[in-house]
Amino acid sequence: MRLPCPICGERDRREFYYQGAATLAHRPSPDAGGEAWNDYVHLRDNPAGETRDLWFHEAGCGAWLVVTRDTVTHEIKGAELLERANAD
Amino acid sequence: MRIDGKGRIDRSKEISFKFDGLTYQGFGGDTVASALMGAGVRLLGRSFKYHRPRGVLTAGSEEPNALITMHSGDKTDPNVRATTQELYEGLQARSQNRWPSLGLDLLSLNNLAAPFFGAGFYYKTFMWPKPFWEKVYEPLIRRAAGLGALSGERPSDRYEKAFAFCDVLVIGGGASGLMAALSAAKTGADVILCQEEAEFGGRLLSETEEVDAQEGADWAASVVAELEAMENVRLMPRTSVTGAYDQGTFGALERVAHHLPYSLGRPTECFWRIVAKRSVLCAGSLERHIAFQNNDIPGIMMAGSMRSYLNRWGVAPGEPIAVFGNNDDAHRTARDMAEAGLHVVALIDSRHDAENKAGDVPFYPGHQVAKGHGFRGLEAITLRAPNGSESKLHVQGLGVSGGWNPSVHLTCHMNGRPVWNEDILAFVPREGAIPGMTVAGAANGAFSTAGCLAQGAAAGLEAARDLGFKGELPAVPVAEDTPYRQGRLWAVEGKGRAWLDFQNDVTVKDIKQAAVENYRSVEHMKRYTTQGMATDQGKSSNVSALAVLADVTGRDIPETGTTTFRPPYVPVSIAAMGAGGADKGFAPERFTTSHKATVERGAPMIEAGLWYRPSYYPAQGETTWRQSCDREVNMVRSTVGICDVSTLGKIDLQGKDVGAFLDFVYTNSFSKLKPGRVRYGLMLREDGHVMDDGTTARLSENQWVMTTTTAAAGLVMRHLEWVHQALCPQMDVRFTSVTEQWAQFAVAGPKSRELLNSLLDAPIDDESFPFMQNGEVSVMGVKARLFRISFSGEHAYEIAVPSRYGDSLYRELVARAEAMDGGAYGMEALNVLRIEKGHITHAEIHGRVTAFDIGFGKMVSAKKDCVGKTMSERPGLLEDDREMLVGLRPVGAIKEIPAGAHVFETDAEPTRVNDLGYVTSTCFSPTLGEVRALGFVRNGRARHGDKLKLVDHLRGVETVVEVTDPVAFDVDGGRLRG
Amino acid sequence: MAELLAKSPCDGLLPRTHGKVSLSEVVITDLYSVAPMKGQGAAVDAALQAAHGIGFPAPNRVTGSGDLRCIWSGRDQALFFGGEPDLTPDLAAVTDQSDAWVMVRLEGARAEEVLARLVPVDLRSSTFAEGHCARTLLQHMTVSISRVGPEAFEILAFRSMAATLVHDLDTALQMVAAR
Repeated sequence: MRLPCPICGERDRREFYYQGAATLAHRPSPDAGGEAWNDYVHLRDNPAGETRDLWFHEAGCGAWLVVTRDTVTHEIKGAELLERANAD
Repeated sequence: MRIDGKGRIDRSKEISFKFDGLTYQGFGGDTVASALMGAGVRLLGRSFKYHRPRGVLTAGSEEPNALITMHSGDKTDPNVRATTQELYEGLQARSQNRWPSLGLDLLSLNNLAAPFFGAGFYYKTFMWPKPFWEKVYEPLIRRAAGLGALSGERPSDRYEKAFAFCDVLVIGGGASGLMAALSAAKTGADVILCQEEAEFGGRLLSETEEVDAQEGADWAASVVAELEAMENVRLMPRTSVTGAYDQGTFGALERVAHHLPYSLGRPTECFWRIVAKRSVLCAGSLERHIAFQNNDIPGIMMAGSMRSYLNRWGVAPGEPIAVFGNNDDAHRTARDMAEAGLHVVALIDSRHDAENKAGDVPFYPGHQVAKGHGFRGLEAITLRAPNGSESKLHVQGLGVSGGWNPSVHLTCHMNGRPVWNEDILAFVPREGAIPGMTVAGAANGAFSTAGCLAQGAAAGLEAARDLGFKGELPAVPVAEDTPYRQGRLWAVEGKGRAWLDFQNDVTVKDIKQAAVENYRSVEHMKRYTTQGMATDQGKSSNVSALAVLADVTGRDIPETGTTTFRPPYVPVSIAAMGAGGADKGFAPERFTTSHKATVERGAPMIEAGLWYRPSYYPAQGETTWRQSCDREVNMVRSTVGICDVSTLGKIDLQGKDVGAFLDFVYTNSFSKLKPGRVRYGLMLREDGHVMDDGTTARLSENQWVMTTTTAAAGLVMRHLEWVHQALCPQMDVRFTSVTEQWAQFAVAGPKSRELLNSLLDAPIDDESFPFMQNGEVSVMGVKARLFRISFSGEHAYEIAVPSRYGDSLYRELVARAEAMDGGAYGMEALNVLRIEKGHITHAEIHGRVTAFDIGFGKMVSAKKDCVGKTMSERPGLLEDDREMLVGLRPVGAIKEIPAGAHVFETDAEPTRVNDLGYVTSTCFSPTLGEVRALGFVRNGRARHGDKLKLVDHLRGVETVVEVTDPVAFDVDGGRLRG
Repeated sequence: MAELLAKSPCDGLLPRTHGKVSLSEVVITDLYSVAPMKGQGAAVDAALQAAHGIGFPAPNRVTGSGDLRCIWSGRDQALFFGGEPDLTPDLAAVTDQSDAWVMVRLEGARAEEVLARLVPVDLRSSTFAEGHCARTLLQHMTVSISRVGPEAFEILAFRSMAATLVHDLDTALQMVAAR
C-alpha cells in the first residue's frame, strides 16, 4: 500500500501511522453535550466504499493527512494536508 | 534415460551429486529432476496422505510431486521442488515423507486403508473418544502425513530483503515477456523483467518451433543481449513475482544462492518489494492433467513437460512412450519424441475428430487411457477404444495433456475473478483486475508463439505510452501461429482412484463425495477435500477439480466459479519474508551516552522501550540484585546518587502561543508559568483518561522544554502534532524533539548540591535555585541546563549537557559522588525511591485511569478547556466507587505484596465479583524496612487504615494488607526543598 | 579542573569498507533546526539568504553544500549546518541539534544497491539527484538521506541509534559486496 503525501510524494505505507476516521478532526465545543461528545470519541461509520481517514506521516515529514480511499477496491483517491482540509 | 543429441545441457561439464545417499551424474544446466530422470530414477517422493510413490510430473515451479530436502543440519531446506533446483557439483538431496526409505515406505500402508481416508476423513473418523484426538490421533497423523521437516536448528543461512522501483514491471521472461520488456524499454521507460528460471525464454527453451528462422532459445538469447545493453532495463532471473498488492506494489522472491555450492556471504534468497507504475503479466500457462485410474504412477507426466525434458535437458522418463491428450499441443510431444528416435507406441487423443499432427506415430483418435499399471514406476496403460473395448499397452512413459490454464494467479490477488473462456476451456484474466496491469501472451489465453510475441510487444508499448513515453511497435518476429484446438475431457470414466491433486491426494471420488454431502460451493469443496491446499496450490489440478464438481452438481463452470488465488504464487520462506528482522535487526537499540561507562561497571541492562538502561550497579561482595538496590536507595537517601535520565522525551517548544498551547494539552495551567520555573503537568486523552505526565520548564519568554515519560515520548510528539495540526492550527507554535540533543543526569540526595557546586563554574544556592527552578549554568566550561526537580523525593537536580559531553560528564559525576560515599544508581533503586514517594509511572497510568483516580482531580483546571476535559467529567468517572490510587503495606503473616495481586474484603471470597482493586507496583523499601506497594482500591482514598485481603491467584500468595496514603516517605516534602 | 571531553556518536564504530563501498562518520560540529513561524517562510528564506547566502530549502531538497547547507527535514522545518543561523525568534524557532544526530557517509559504486536493501524510497539518480533529500525509514529508524555525489549519500539518524545504523548499513554492505 502506498499513500501520496502532499509534501513528500508517494510513499510506502510503513512510513505512516494510522489514526482513524477523519471526523476526529472536528472536535465538538466543550458544551456540545454528552451525545455529541460520545459520537465524536466513540462512534465511527464502517463504510464499504469511500472513506476519509487520518494518517500521520510519522517517518516522513510529520504532517497529518486526510486520505480518501475506497475500502472495497483499495483505491487511494487522494490525500491532503489536515491543516488544509480543515481550512476548507 | 539420456537421449543423445538432444537438450541444451553442457555435456562437457559433468556434475556429480547425491540423492538419498547414492551418487549420480548430471550435466551443466540440469535440474535435480532432469538429472535423476537422466539417471533412470523415477521414484522421487511419497504423497502426503497415502504415501503413494510419486515421480516428476512437471518441469517447473508448479510441481506437486518431486519435493526434496536440500542440505542438512542448520542449512536444511525442505520441500524444494526438484524441477527447479539447479544442479551443482556436490549437491546433496533427500527424499521426504517416507520411512524408513523411499523404496520401502511402511507408512504406505495408509494406501491400503484408503477407503477410510476419503474426503472429510479427519472430521468423521477421529471424533471419538474425545481425549484421543490430542493424545493418539493427532500425533499419529502428524507422523504419517506431512512433507519435509525443519531441522529445529537455528538457520545459518542469510536472507535479505530489498526495494526496487520501475516504470514498467514485466512478469515472466518467455516470448511475450521478452517482447513486452523490449518494446517498453525502447521508449526509454525503466523496465524490470522478472523470470522464475535462471534462463530467459520460457517455453521457447522447450520447443522445436523456430522464431525468426532461428531456434527459439537463440532468439531469446539475442533479445536478452539487447535488453542487457540498455541502461534502463534491469533483468532479474531466478525471481518469482509472488504477489500483487495495492498501488502497484509487488512481492518477488529472488533465489540468489540456491544454485551455488557455497554462498560465500551471499544471501540465500532476497525478497523484493517492487513498486511499478505499470505492469505486464506474461506468466505463461500451466498444463493440466487428465484424471484416470492410477494416473499418479511415476513415469506419467505432463505432455508439455515431457517435451521440455527432451528438448531442454535431453532426458525421457523411459521407453516405450505414449502420449494422451485432448488437444493439438499434445501431438507436438509425440512428434518431438518420435523425431528424437524414441519409441512412441501411441498418440491417444480423446477427440473423435482429431487429426494426427505428430507425423509417423500410431494414432488413436477417440481413445482414452483408462488406467495406469505399475507401482513404483509405470509399466503399462489400459487403452479404451471408442466402442469401450480395452487393451493393454506396454509403456514406461506417458505424457498427458488436459489442456492449458493461463497463469491468472496474480490477477486474482486483489479480489479479481477470472473469466471462463469456452474456446480454450480455461479461465482467462478479467481485464482491469489489477490497476495498472495488462496481461499478454499465454497468460491471456494466446497459445501460439506468434500470438504471444505480438501481444507482448503491444502490451509493453501500451504500458510505457500510458506513462507518457513515446515509441513505436518493434518488429514482431515471425513464428508459428497454429490455432489451438481442444476437446472437453476432465476425467476418464471408470472405477478406482483417479487423482486430481497429487500433493494432497485428492481423487475424483473425493470431489463427488463432497458434492453428495452438499459441499457444493467450490470454496467448501476445496476445504472439505483439501483440493488445491498444498504447497503447489493445485496449479495443475484446480480447474479439473471444479470441472468435475460442476459436472456432478449439474452446473456449468462459470456458474461453479473458482476458488480464490492468494499470494504467494510460489512458496516463500518465512526467513526471506522476514529478512533483516531477526536478532539486532528486530528493532533499533538506543544507547545513552553513559552506556559504555555503565557496562564497564558491570551493570545488567534492561530494555525500556528501545532504550537500554541499567538495572543496578553491583558492588564488590554483593551477590543479589536486592543487595545492590537497597544500597543504592540508602545512598540516595543519605548522600548522593547519579542516574542517567536522558531517555525521557524532551520537546523544545517555541512561539508566542506556547503558553496557550500547553494550557490546551495539559489539564493544569502553564501560560502563567514564569521563565526559569518548572511545573508538573498531566495530559489526558480525549476520552478523559490519563495519557502521560511530566515536567515542563519555561527556559525563557519564548522557549519551553517539555519532558515526557520514556515510554510515551513518541506518542506525545505525535499527539502534540495532532493537537496543533488538527485542533488549533491557528496557534503560532513550533516544536521539535531534543531528546537526543541532551545527555541529562539526575543528581539526587542530600549532598546533591554540594556535588554540583564542585563542578559548576558558578555555585548555586537555595535562593538562586529553589525547588522547581531551571536555568542555564556552566559545567566545567560547557553550557548546561539545570533543573531542580525530583523523582526520588530528595533534594535533587537534573543537569543536561550536549550529548557529546555525556560520557565525560557521567564519569565525572559518578567519580565525585563516590568520593562522597554516593554513586550511580539504576532502575531498581529508582523504582523503589519513587514508590516510597508515591510517584506514578505507566504502571499506574496504564490507560484505564483518570486524573480523579490517581488523586489529581484538582489538576484538571476548571477555568479552561483542555484535551480530555469534557469526557473526564462524564458520569461514572468521578464517583466514589472508582478504583483510586493508594499505598499498600503487608500486615498479615506473609510480608509480601506481589504486583498484579488483587484485594478483597477480609471476609469475602477472592472471586472476580468481590474484586476491590489490584497492585500496580511493589518493592522492598529499605528506608521503611518493609514491603511497600502502590495499587488501586475501590473508594481507596476513604479507606486509609482499612485492612484488606490480598490474593495472588497466580503465585498462590494470600495475606492481609493495610490501605495507606500513596506517599509513604517524607509526606510533607521537606527533603525536596531542604 | 579537568574539562569535559567531547565524543562523536560513532566513536569506535567507523570507518568500514566492504567491496567498493565505504561507510564513514561525518562529525557534526554545529547543527540547528530552523522552523519558520506562522507565515514567516518567505521572510526566513530571505533572512537566511542575506545572512548566509543560502535559502530555506523546498521540501525534499537541500540548499548549499558541504559545511554550509540547509537540509529540509520535515513540514516547515530544515536542518542548518554552518553555525547558529542569524534569525530572530519572531521569524523562526531555532533549536540547537548539534548533538542530536549522527551523520554517516556512504560512498561507492554500489551505494545505491546498499540503500535499496534498507530504504523504501526510490533513490536511483534518475529520481533522486544531487541536492535531493528524503525523510524516510532506514530499516526501523527514521532518517534523513541526501545525495551528495553521483555515488555518495549522507544519512542522518538519531544519535542514540548510531550502533544500529552502523549495524544495518554494514550488514547490507556485506551482502551487496558478496554478490
